[in-house]
Amino acid sequence: MSLDSRSAAPVQPAAHPKPSPLGSFLKLRELPVILALVVLVAVTAAVNPLFLSQQGIKDLLLNATILMILAVGQTLVIITRNIDLSVGSILGLVAFGTGSVFVAAPELPIILVFLIGIAFGAVLGAVNGLLITIAKVPALVITLGTLYIFRGINNAWAGGTQYFAGERPDAFGNLSVDTVLGFPVITLIAVVVVAVVAVYMLGTRPGRDLYAIGSEPEAAKLFGIPVARRVLLAFVVNGALAGLAGILYASRFNSVGATTGTGLELDVVAAAVVGGVAIFGGSGTVVGAAIGALLLTTITSALTALRVDKFWQQAIVGILILAAVVIDRLAGARAARKLRIAEARNV
Amino acid sequence: MRFIHSGSTRRRAAFAALATSAALVLSACGGGAASEGDATEGGSGTDGEQTITFIPKQLNNPYTDVVLGGGEDGAAEAGFASSEVVGPLDASASSQVSFINAETQRGTNVIVIAANDPDAVGPALEEARTAGAKIVAFDSDTNPDYRDLFVSQVNAKDVALIQLELISEQIGGEGEIAILSATANATNQNEWIKYMEEELASNPDYADIELVAKVYGDDDDTKSFQEAQGLLQAYPDLKGIISPTTVGIAATARYMSTSEYKGEVALTGLGLPNEMRPFVKDGTVTEFALWDPAQLGYVAAFAGKALADGDITGETGDTFEAGELGDREIGEDGIVLVGPPTQFNADNIDDYDF
Amino acid sequence: MSDPTGARTILPAGDGPSRTPAKGARMAAPGSTRPGTERRPGPGRRSPGSTTTQAAPTGRTGAARLLLGRDAVMIYLLLVVVFYACIVVPRFASPVTVGFLLLDVIPTLLIALPMTLVIISGEIDLSVASIAGLTSALMGVLWQAGTPIALVLVICVLAGLVAGAFNGVLIAYLGLPSLAVTIGTLALFRGLALVVIGDNAVANFPPGLTAFFTSKLGGTGIPTVMVGVVVLIVAFAVVLHFTPFGRGLFALGYSKEAATFVGIDVAQSKFLLYLATGTVSALAGIYWTLRYSSARSDNASGLELAVIAAVLLGGVSIFGGKGSIPGVLAGVLLIGTINYALKLDRVSEVVLIIVTGSLLILSVVAPTIPTALRRARHARRVRSAPLS
Repeated sequence: MSLDSRSAAPVQPAAHPKPSPLGSFLKLRELPVILALVVLVAVTAAVNPLFLSQQGIKDLLLNATILMILAVGQTLVIITRNIDLSVGSILGLVAFGTGSVFVAAPELPIILVFLIGIAFGAVLGAVNGLLITIAKVPALVITLGTLYIFRGINNAWAGGTQYFAGERPDAFGNLSVDTVLGFPVITLIAVVVVAVVAVYMLGTRPGRDLYAIGSEPEAAKLFGIPVARRVLLAFVVNGALAGLAGILYASRFNSVGATTGTGLELDVVAAAVVGGVAIFGGSGTVVGAAIGALLLTTITSALTALRVDKFWQQAIVGILILAAVVIDRLAGARAARKLRIAEARNV
Repeated sequence: MRFIHSGSTRRRAAFAALATSAALVLSACGGGAASEGDATEGGSGTDGEQTITFIPKQLNNPYTDVVLGGGEDGAAEAGFASSEVVGPLDASASSQVSFINAETQRGTNVIVIAANDPDAVGPALEEARTAGAKIVAFDSDTNPDYRDLFVSQVNAKDVALIQLELISEQIGGEGEIAILSATANATNQNEWIKYMEEELASNPDYADIELVAKVYGDDDDTKSFQEAQGLLQAYPDLKGIISPTTVGIAATARYMSTSEYKGEVALTGLGLPNEMRPFVKDGTVTEFALWDPAQLGYVAAFAGKALADGDITGETGDTFEAGELGDREIGEDGIVLVGPPTQFNADNIDDYDF
Repeated sequence: MSDPTGARTILPAGDGPSRTPAKGARMAAPGSTRPGTERRPGPGRRSPGSTTTQAAPTGRTGAARLLLGRDAVMIYLLLVVVFYACIVVPRFASPVTVGFLLLDVIPTLLIALPMTLVIISGEIDLSVASIAGLTSALMGVLWQAGTPIALVLVICVLAGLVAGAFNGVLIAYLGLPSLAVTIGTLALFRGLALVVIGDNAVANFPPGLTAFFTSKLGGTGIPTVMVGVVVLIVAFAVVLHFTPFGRGLFALGYSKEAATFVGIDVAQSKFLLYLATGTVSALAGIYWTLRYSSARSDNASGLELAVIAAVLLGGVSIFGGKGSIPGVLAGVLLIGTINYALKLDRVSEVVLIIVTGSLLILSVVAPTIPTALRRARHARRVRSAPLS
């Protein structure tokens, strides 16, 4: 006797043997955001050719890099039907930490600084994940709490101190200046991150488990998935990626201090939602989220390049989010109908 | 349905408890208030026990830290019994109000404030004055009705003109320029911009210079960075940028030094030498200006002391002694000027440390 | 198939088998992406004192429940903090404190009221601060254009109502997830505020009116506007706790299916709630504008998280179905008191941030510790026993 589709847990067994309809379905979800991006870029470039100049493209990619990495991490968490609002604060802490490390030990190899930053982020993510999985309390509340706490620690630690680009090695700052095949180095790092996580999500057991958990946690548990461990994993990875984003922030921008990364959390969630990640878990891809991030940051640049009144920018972002939710809803309704028919036959 | 009944009984009781406890607390606190209140009046009135509190736009800002450093020195030299720094972590219009309220209640004698919004702090400052506090605005003015004095960097017009001179020199006297400011409502920024616009329109030397855009980076590093980027892209013929704010000029310099615009587009404005040093050395920025921010706080502390002692009232023509900086006279609209701005370039930047 | 969530225990027992698959499927469509029905972990919800049928067998007597309930604990905590501040912080014990403190918390307090109802019903509204900002921007522009102040106020309240209705239609009638919708409208309404007033700030509101908004009731220190706020508090408390509509919200948050079966019009109830948040947010925006006598697009930005933090601290479950107005009042006042006491003591705002965050986490983690311990012990036993 199932009251509704959610307790039917058919997604589980059905998802594994039949990847092809699922695959095309996911493509459909990313299609609108890709189309929006293409149209936006085309229109802007037609009006202001400088938009797609070498410097223009480089700036577009650089602007998207940090949000892209954050959106990928956030997607992992959202897919498990959780949310992490503390990413802006984690980014801030790691960015300031990176600045401090370079001041304290200027000779440290850059790769080591990356490892330290990522580990630091992962630890902060683990704090979130452990609180959520052990105490079994809602992620929204916990990460709202750690949003405040991490930011508070950042303020207490940094005070009025800010570290400037000049206090970091040139080689580190050049990561966001130098290009390889036209792509800035930090953007390539982001692309690699997206690719690795995307493969992991679709090609490995733990990755698939995250979707299962998000679709129906109880069923996932009955199915034998270590739910708590997987959710913890999602938070740790998200923290690590926020840490990576923090390091890249320190590479790209001039100053890191007490307020670095404030207010980023909603942009990140917005990027994921625009990229077709369902806010209540179980569907969406990291590639979609990354494109969502690219779209949001491109809008900002496009409006300036078009000399459109910048005041419209935020309103347009809002409309985009709403559009994404509606599209997601329509796609979801179609999928649910299919699912119910299949389920009815099984019964 | 039983649970609903038990629920609402519980609620009713909870309301009663909340109401009773609120009444209790209020009466308890109220009872204490009478004696406390008297103590307040008596305590703060005596000479030699004067207190001063600085409320900057925002804590944890490098420029502010230098200003406040000067303020604390000044307060100690002027003879305040204690000097404090309180302030919000974000520079929003309303965030300073509850700090002013708390200082009013503490019975602080002098409140020195850099207003985030000239009007939003008004009612709170009125209340502080009614309670006997002297109000000194510094760095960014409040509405003149709400303060006794305004300690200004330099004459607003001079600040505007020096930046125009610098940019004109650097772009060869002709071409498009843009301004990257802090917040759209910052009093000091808007005044400078207004003078710049007037001068551009009226001075024949600047006839070939066109101001094409004003953008606001909100004194946020990331936002300023992206605004700078947007400006350069939207206006391909842009010759120069003026950023009359330390955060804005540093963020713009950072973007330009990492892009193809380095050395191509001129950048000047108001910046901190320590923050700008690498950009001057790598050729992104030729020359920029700033007054000594520490003097701002220093003079504000002495002005506060003179007001609190009753030596001056804030009238035009009053003079007071500002420690080692000598006498300062109060000009029109209750404005005290600190000193001329310094220009920094590759030759002299290493001589300064702030 | 047994239902492990326990959510359905509230259903009339005989109803299950009689449900046809078709009906079940129809029901599922709007609910399938809702938080109220979906995001609910089973065991965590069975905490003592919740309004469920399981509250009865926990063994606590009525009096114990009254004195040890979540609301009561919050109120005790508030009292302790107030008394502690009275003793430790110089000059805290004064009517002046009451005035400044209340003036500071009024926006949070106002918005917390409808937010409590929204969260109890299993939804959320992140757009409240943006609605307040939009209202403030509108006020500035209309007043600047010479509109009579009374008309300005009416238009602003109506604007809030419309903004709320927009949320409401998307969430209640189109069945879109409220978290995602209101993240969208958070950006949209704030964006519209910018479009309306741009970079400008309008400050020259009638002095009589702005003075009224900071005036106090005689020597009590209580702001005059508190009268209106109290009326609203009472109204919301009565609606939530003493009317069928309010009780329906608990049912709704606990189990949407159950609520439907009890005869609650789910969509209409939710729509009304969003109208309420929109309208009250507009009131908060008006208050903000007149108290600070400054209409700007960025007024009240970030307030949404402060409101939600206060509401959750006040014992409202983020999953819906649990919470009360007295608890929320205590939550809002607790944060407000700590905030003001720290300011008066010139302690850095940094401490406040950390305290707020820790309280929030503690408030949800602490009640689960006994359950978690029990579960851990149980799990050990189960693990040590041979599994089939």
